[in-house]
Amino acid sequence: MDFNIVDTLSTLVRTSGFAGFFAAGGWKNLIMIAVACVLLYLGIAKKFEPLLLVGIAFGTLLTNIPGAGLYHMAMWDAYVYGVPYDATNDRMLYDAEKNIKYFDEEEFEETGIVKLTQEYKDSITQDEKELEIIAELSFTDVAHLGGLLDILYIGVKAGIYPCLIFMGVGAMTDFGPLIARPSSLILGAAAQLGVFLAFFGAICMGFAGKEAASIGIIGGADGPTAIYLTTQLAPALLGPIAIAAYSYMALIPMIQPPLMRALTTEKERSVKMEQARTVSKTEKIVFPIVVAGFVILLVPSTAPLIGSLMFGNLLRETGVTERLSDTAQNGLMNIVTLFLGISVGATTVAARFLTARTLMIIALGLIAFAFSTVGGLLVGKLMYKLSGGKINPLIGSAGVSAVPMAARVSQMEGQKANPSNFLLMHAMGPNVAGVIGSAIAAGYLLAVFG
Amino acid sequence: MYIISLAASTAGETADKIAKAGLAAILGYAVVFFGLVLLMAVITIMGKVMASKTAAATKPAAPAPAPAAAPAPAPAPEIPAAPGSAGEVKLFDVPDKEAAMIMAIVADKMQRPLNELRFKSIKEVKK
Repeated sequence: MDFNIVDTLSTLVRTSGFAGFFAAGGWKNLIMIAVACVLLYLGIAKKFEPLLLVGIAFGTLLTNIPGAGLYHMAMWDAYVYGVPYDATNDRMLYDAEKNIKYFDEEEFEETGIVKLTQEYKDSITQDEKELEIIAELSFTDVAHLGGLLDILYIGVKAGIYPCLIFMGVGAMTDFGPLIARPSSLILGAAAQLGVFLAFFGAICMGFAGKEAASIGIIGGADGPTAIYLTTQLAPALLGPIAIAAYSYMALIPMIQPPLMRALTTEKERSVKMEQARTVSKTEKIVFPIVVAGFVILLVPSTAPLIGSLMFGNLLRETGVTERLSDTAQNGLMNIVTLFLGISVGATTVAARFLTARTLMIIALGLIAFAFSTVGGLLVGKLMYKLSGGKINPLIGSAGVSAVPMAARVSQMEGQKANPSNFLLMHAMGPNVAGVIGSAIAAGYLLAVFG
Repeated sequence: MYIISLAASTAGETADKIAKAGLAAILGYAVVFFGLVLLMAVITIMGKVMASKTAAATKPAAPAPAPAAAPAPAPAPEIPAAPGSAGEVKLFDVPDKEAAMIMAIVADKMQRPLNELRFKSIKEVKK
């Protein structure tokens, strides 16, 4: 046995994660680990959407540890662009920024054989025969070659986790307030203003259409919808968009109240709303069936999200599927939340995350949230006027779909103006309408840019 | 000259792209509004149909002629449901604020979200 202690120690040091920090761009990993720690602090100490933020933050931490190999960004890029992947060097045979392909495209299309360019051969240390090149990646290849987080990420990429979360949300949501006052749907629609303004702003700032659509949906204040749409349209932006969406959702009690106070008068805020009618059990059972059928017929691309949401709600309301409803609300929801959080966090690879575009996305996300609130409030004020002062405009801001946080904020602001005011159940109507509204907005963007 | 024309064409393309994006944004907002207004109409109609069916189902049972001998006892006065609530909780000598606190405490003790519980009535027990 040929054993040299110095060489062995030298190899150990060279291949350790610590050495990775001193490699080219390694400092970016350190910054991302610091970002992960900040997110963990916000999730644990400040309780900012902890169920997802803690998972995302830990995914960020794991994916940025050099050499861990839990997530392979290049492999997923190769999958998205549909180009060959060099598994030996973890490289996609295409430079998307410079639009350079490192293989003979014509020959590949004709024969299916990957012939590397001389430029690529010069850039690697191995002989061409030693390379493991995957011509067309599939989920099976990902499961074979990928790390733990790659495998978990398949559920995000296939659009499974957001839909399962929607099923759980449906099983947890009482649509009674919405059925009792269907005009709440107008507020849910109005509060999608930020989605389209942020989309427009992103185009003006130079983002491509698909990217702008994914950024805009942050204004829907709906994490699963944002993740679903971004995975379909701009997977490279998933990390920043998911972090922006969940962070702003957690910050709703800080973002919304100043806008609510600026756009409404004390008199408007103190309006006590009349009790809504009682909704029968049959109506609650028929509702998810009607909504699923109607909305999917109207915008077919909403089928995965609306279908899952309404199926979950039907399980809740039938009264004969309590076990399934319980599983959708608790066990399944918790498992999917775990997988979703950590695998979305895994996409925040330093080289992709630490760019000026991330800062632009975070700024546009804030604009989206603010204008969605403004849209809901303005239409709320209009309804206040049209109803002769019977509708409190504060429930308009709950049209952003962050359930139930936005409704709670309406309740708190209403009670500040009039301590005997109980707006919570009235605000729940626009709040759940916002979930349907953001799914329709996502369906529209998917139909246009998908 | 070439540079100037190139700059002009790039600016023109950008303006065209922005105009198209504006149009897509307005159309998108309109689609969301249109979809949800239609859904509102569907839900309103559904509610009316359900209400008429319920009324039709309860109608035949109601007008049973009462025997003339004994006068029927006066019906108990209907307790109004609590204001500001979409539910049907009825409050018997309990102020709104205390009712809200009681419901929140029950939800907390049961470790269940408030929107999963249905309160029928809250009554103060006087000793």
